[in-house]
Amino acid sequence: MTAHAQNLERFVGGEYQHGFVTDIEEDSIKPGLSEEVVRLISAKKNEPEFMLEWRLKAYRHWLTLEVPTWSMVHYSPIDYDAIVYYAAPKKSSANDSGNRPESLEDVDPIILQTYAKLGIPLHEQALLAGVKGATVAVDAVFDSVSVATTFKEELAKVGIIFCPFSEAVQKHPELIKKYLGTVVSYTDNFYAALNATVFSDGSFCYIPKGVRCPMELSTYFRINAANTGQFERTLIIADEGSYVSYLEGCTAPMRDEHQLHAAVVELITLDDAEIKYSTVQNWYPGDKEGKGGIYNFVTKRGSCRGARSKISWTQVETGSAITWKYPSVILKGDDSVGEFYSVALTNNYQQADTGTKMIHIGKNTSSTILSKGISAGHGANTYRGLVRMGKRAVNARNHSQCDSLLLGDKSSAHTFPYIEAKHASVKVEHEATTSKISDEQLLYCVQRGIPEEDAISMIITGFCKQVFRKLPMEFAVEAQALMEVSLEGCIG
Amino acid sequence: MKTKHILKIRSLFASIDGNDILRDLNLDVKQGEVHAIMGPNGSGKSTLAHVLIGNKDYIVTSGEIEYEGHDLLSLSAHERACKGIFMAFQYPIDIPGVSNMQFLKTAVNSLRKYRGLDELNAIDFIPHVKAKVKKIGGDEKLLHRAVNEGFSGGEKKRNEILQMLVLEPKLAILDETDSGLDIDALRVVAEGVNAYRSDTLKDQKGALIIITHYQRLLNYIKPDYVHIFMNGRIVQSAGPELAHELEAKGYKAWAA
Repeated sequence: MTAHAQNLERFVGGEYQHGFVTDIEEDSIKPGLSEEVVRLISAKKNEPEFMLEWRLKAYRHWLTLEVPTWSMVHYSPIDYDAIVYYAAPKKSSANDSGNRPESLEDVDPIILQTYAKLGIPLHEQALLAGVKGATVAVDAVFDSVSVATTFKEELAKVGIIFCPFSEAVQKHPELIKKYLGTVVSYTDNFYAALNATVFSDGSFCYIPKGVRCPMELSTYFRINAANTGQFERTLIIADEGSYVSYLEGCTAPMRDEHQLHAAVVELITLDDAEIKYSTVQNWYPGDKEGKGGIYNFVTKRGSCRGARSKISWTQVETGSAITWKYPSVILKGDDSVGEFYSVALTNNYQQADTGTKMIHIGKNTSSTILSKGISAGHGANTYRGLVRMGKRAVNARNHSQCDSLLLGDKSSAHTFPYIEAKHASVKVEHEATTSKISDEQLLYCVQRGIPEEDAISMIITGFCKQVFRKLPMEFAVEAQALMEVSLEGCIG
Repeated sequence: MKTKHILKIRSLFASIDGNDILRDLNLDVKQGEVHAIMGPNGSGKSTLAHVLIGNKDYIVTSGEIEYEGHDLLSLSAHERACKGIFMAFQYPIDIPGVSNMQFLKTAVNSLRKYRGLDELNAIDFIPHVKAKVKKIGGDEKLLHRAVNEGFSGGEKKRNEILQMLVLEPKLAILDETDSGLDIDALRVVAEGVNAYRSDTLKDQKGALIIITHYQRLLNYIKPDYVHIFMNGRIVQSAGPELAHELEAKGYKAWAA
């Protein structure tokens, strides 16, 4: 092995830093899925009848579905009867009626400590007193339930609803009824059906007409309990002329077994509204031999229903044993805009099959896709994207760029762009590149005095720069640090 | 006062991919001196440059190199850079997404860290770099472009000289920096090199090695010594007049 290769090896061998387990009593149900379990979850959340009906329909549909096998990811079949579909910290769900702690003071300190350890402060006081100009409102989801939501009152002043999904079901059933499942139907795919059946919480957000959300909103997902699946659901509605920037972060303890995370995210923008959704996904990726890690099978989709509306997905994917997701945009409103910016990193035995779908329906709709895949170790990275220009999508435009960077000689990268154009006026462009960090680049940097490991980090950051630029400031810093942790062994 | 050796090369043999390139090379370079190494394609000039910077593709099979009185061959490429050896590459490579400014700052601070100096912050660093950009007649916009990405041949060479001025090496090696340049670009590069010569070379008591095919660069940068390189070794050394003789007679006059 050359010295370069050794350095690369050390560099990419970083340890997962969020792998601890919080020792807390959890209220969980026995493994396995049945109508009884669905009813139990719905009862635990004290849900109205329409929700239970919807879940049962989803469950019956799910029973008819086969596990999809078309992706480039490989894993042994999941035993859906071995998964625990509901787990919640006991103290935060002391009564089964779905009530949550009213204020942060009531949240179990152990949970607050867990989030503090993860660098997610849930103390509004501390945040308000902080020097940073921008504040972030957080909805913290711990296993199956939301444990804390910050800045709710601040947001309520401008009419924004930001709360756990289960609370929205109780307090705003009309909005849930109107929008739930309208972007990602329970019939959409195997995992979406499973999610609709058993999802227990998540975040709900409604931005009223003309309101520009004064702070970043975020959801922080944490899987803690063993053998548990996390099935949360996020629903964000931006009413006419409104704007919101939303962040999502995720971590999980290091466990030898694989754990399933099958979330659904639905975004809806009405006329002239904009949603910017950013994800830094850092689920436990498994160990160096590929043992353990999260299966991240997520359905994320946005619907630009209104004219001139815009949905933008930015994702930095560094974790999970397997990532399988395609944040997409349905461009229904005329002149609407869809964007997808992605950095996906796979190391050791991680696999990622990710990309996007841009479905152009309205006139003059436009979309941009920028995907950066980095593969190290035995990592396998696949970009899969669909750009569909419908019959009425007059003058629709798309530009796609997919770049892959390979580290070492055991990693792989694949690109599968699908393009369908049904109107002669549309314009679709696709560019793809694959490159390696060359010995020449490293020699060049080293000759200028830059240590090789710093040079690798600098080259990778340079490769991802166009995407990092799209992240909100605080997140961009976190993302860059995360890339370094995921890639570095021993800098300095 | 006796001037000190920067570089002492004795009976150096080196190969690449199993082909012997340098064969019994000897060279002395002292403080403040400018040496021009001239020779035909394939004579081993660039090999010498790569051996000096520690490119591992080049294998030294025997011989010795002393740099400032210490063994050079036992040092890694990074250590050599940190100890002040710089090469302007013949084919500078692109680093997409990394701005020239970021690259230069990272390099300067890496060197400073190695030398036990405090890192420079942007406030101290930016004026230093901007002053150097002026010396190569460049536009400050150059600093915000990604390293060598989309640069013309001339811009790349000029960028190499900018790096040399910013990093202030003790031993600078220009590997065919003049090849592929038009007259104007050549003049700009030569001005940059002369700035290095007057600013840095004297203070740091450093030295400069210019590797070139042609005499034309030497019209702008007057060397102290000219060496003719054939088949992996120096076949003749003399003052600057040798370059003119070479231009008139061609390399064939020296081919054995």
